[in-house]
Amino acid sequence: MNSFKEKLIRQIFRAASYASLFFLFGIMFVLFKESLTALGEINIFNFLLGKDWYPTYEPPDYGILPLISGSLAVSFVAMFICVPLGLGTALYMHEIACDRQRKFLKPAIEILSAVPSIIFGFFGLVILAPFLQKNFNLPTGQCLLTASIMLGVMTIPIITSLSEDALSFVPRSFKEASYALGANRWQTLLRVTIPAAASGIITSIIMGMGRLMGETMIVLMVAGGAAVIPNSLFAPVRPMTSSIAAEMGEAAQGSLHFSALFEIGLLLFIITFVLNIIAEIISRRYRLKLGQGR
Amino acid sequence: MKKHIITTLFLAMSLAASAQIIMEGSTTVLPLAQRTAEVFMNNNSKISISVRGGGSGVGMNSLIAGTADIANSSRAIKDGELQKAAGKNISPKATVAAMDAIALIVNPQNKISGLTKEQVKDIYVGKTKNWKEIGGNDANIVAVSRDSSSGTFEAFNELALEKTRVRKDALMQASNRGVAGLVAATPGAIGYVGLGYLSNKTKTISVDGVMPSVQTVLQNKYLYSRPLFMYTNGEPKGEVKQYLDFVTGKQGQKIAQELGYVPLQ
Repeated sequence: MNSFKEKLIRQIFRAASYASLFFLFGIMFVLFKESLTALGEINIFNFLLGKDWYPTYEPPDYGILPLISGSLAVSFVAMFICVPLGLGTALYMHEIACDRQRKFLKPAIEILSAVPSIIFGFFGLVILAPFLQKNFNLPTGQCLLTASIMLGVMTIPIITSLSEDALSFVPRSFKEASYALGANRWQTLLRVTIPAAASGIITSIIMGMGRLMGETMIVLMVAGGAAVIPNSLFAPVRPMTSSIAAEMGEAAQGSLHFSALFEIGLLLFIITFVLNIIAEIISRRYRLKLGQGR
Repeated sequence: MKKHIITTLFLAMSLAASAQIIMEGSTTVLPLAQRTAEVFMNNNSKISISVRGGGSGVGMNSLIAGTADIANSSRAIKDGELQKAAGKNISPKATVAAMDAIALIVNPQNKISGLTKEQVKDIYVGKTKNWKEIGGNDANIVAVSRDSSSGTFEAFNELALEKTRVRKDALMQASNRGVAGLVAATPGAIGYVGLGYLSNKTKTISVDGVMPSVQTVLQNKYLYSRPLFMYTNGEPKGEVKQYLDFVTGKQGQKIAQELGYVPLQ
């Protein structure tokens, strides 16, 4: 009886753990299946490298280069905000802050990560966009920079918590050895702790990048939505995610436009998937390096 | 326990007795559908109406798939949709629920008070880039548009742009409110919204010398106006007909006017 119960429970947990795998494959299957029409009818090079996104015209143009470059541009610029701030916070909390400071810094960062992205979007729309418009004398505040700033702030906690983990994995003995050799705190941090945690930090940055690429609400609200290849920080952009979100509701089901939107989704999925795999490979190497390999 | 069973049974019976109408579609028609449905349900407690947005295309798909009784649409049905419907033995029939007009708005600081149809087109296709070219101040024009898949965009594209492509750097907004807000905050902006979204935060301009209003739309003088449809499978009958009669009737049209639509007569 007891062993039966145990087996049953074991099976239930196994099913639960395989469920996410099932969902993952389910999502991949649906993305691929719905993209088939577009994959077949639109030449893949015209799709990826075409500069015109006019899906509802006759004849339509399905070139997503402006959308891809929009996604890449906002993510890239956002990195300039979230990487220094996120990493700086992690280093400060791990190396310098006393217990009392850590006690309120950590919850504060956790709260920041719990803020729904629509709140960031709202803040960007109501406060940051008008502010930038006024002070930089822009035609409009809804642009790449506004979206990047909001995205960057949103991603700080992800980079902070992941790189703090990486820093805490560095064995104490490394640091002690460094101090024993007469290195000061700064030298130890720069020459020992950071290199030892480097791959973990890089992983955190890549994970942050994946999050940036996939974020939808903020870019939908403040990026401006014009499907042009951005030529300045103040150009309006239309990232892939906001295209899908804005157009899916109105595209006729089963139409080429509908399928093309799924193809954009598939591309986005592949990009974040590859980023995650790279992060995984790097972090695995790093565990081995520190002698914690499995 | 017994009491619970009785209440459940009673609930189940009352649900079975009442008819349900499902409406889905255009966000432009949504406020009208919602308000008329509320008032209609107050008068007819046995009929329940659920209203969903989603967009004209979504509503049409649901009608064709048989999951909605009424598809709200801010545009006429497309050929492709008609073919799909025919394949599923569904024959969409249109009822005009109200008229809608697309008004052009600029920032209140803008001294322009009217444009010709040609000028509007030139602005939106990107030929005119500065306000001074058409008699305004020396400032870049920020063209604000609805997303290219929205019903309002489709109507504007047909009525104002004659299907030429809108300029690439136009700012695409997901809602009427988004357009109005952006124009109100941007000195050089021009945008277009439904009549229900006009306020003193933006300045409405005339097109070919005609200001958009209930009168000018009904007299067919204002260029950018369009009917709003409620599509049903075949001629409306039963509860659906009751509801549609209510919408097109005196009370429904009064609601339409209150919400900023243009009533039919």
